[in-house]
Amino acid sequence: MQTQIEIHSEPLNTQQCIDWIMSPESGGIDVFIGTVRNATKGRTVLKLEFEAYKPMAIKEMRTITKEVLEQWPVQRILIHHRVGTLQIGEIPVIIAVSAAHRDAAFEACRYIIDTLKQTVPIWKKEFFDDGEVWVAAHP
Amino acid sequence: MEITVLAFGIAKDIFGGPSITVDLAAAATTADLKSSLETQYPRLKKLASYMVAVNNEYAEDGGLLRQRDEVAIIPPVSGG
Repeated sequence: MQTQIEIHSEPLNTQQCIDWIMSPESGGIDVFIGTVRNATKGRTVLKLEFEAYKPMAIKEMRTITKEVLEQWPVQRILIHHRVGTLQIGEIPVIIAVSAAHRDAAFEACRYIIDTLKQTVPIWKKEFFDDGEVWVAAHP
Repeated sequence: MEITVLAFGIAKDIFGGPSITVDLAAAATTADLKSSLETQYPRLKKLASYMVAVNNEYAEDGGLLRQRDEVAIIPPVSGG
């Protein structure tokens, strides 16, 4: 199998993702690991909560991987996204791409995270000490 | 016809739950659903944007809805 797309409620395993993406044909792998930051626009963030519309999120991620395979000579693509409550420093998303040459891996990885943030139905809520907010909900 | 509408993110807060039932005319479109929801839940109009998904696909405004479609309100996404 060329792609692996998963949504987990348990912590993501970076090493497992890297092990899966490597192959003898690869000249390089590119891995993007998203992490929960402790502040947003100067406000201290206590934790995040992620929610997904799972079947559609998987479908949208599959669409992204299809687009990538049409545009770049990459070998394997992995997207793992976390849902539930995440503390500072935890990992909401891992994207990994392997390719014979690094340009394709870098470009594809960048395309995947940028597109995921625009199209995949997953939402994050930020918790502050004086309230909480669904990110990007309001202009 | 009665359509069940799933809600996620802030839409869940606006509807007060993970799904609601909306009564629509037989040949209702996605646009009809939106205007019915916006009348009942004016906070929807305050969102930066929102989409309707039908059977796990983003739907155009003119698309016809059928009773058994899986319909969801998709407020601005913020994954990653």
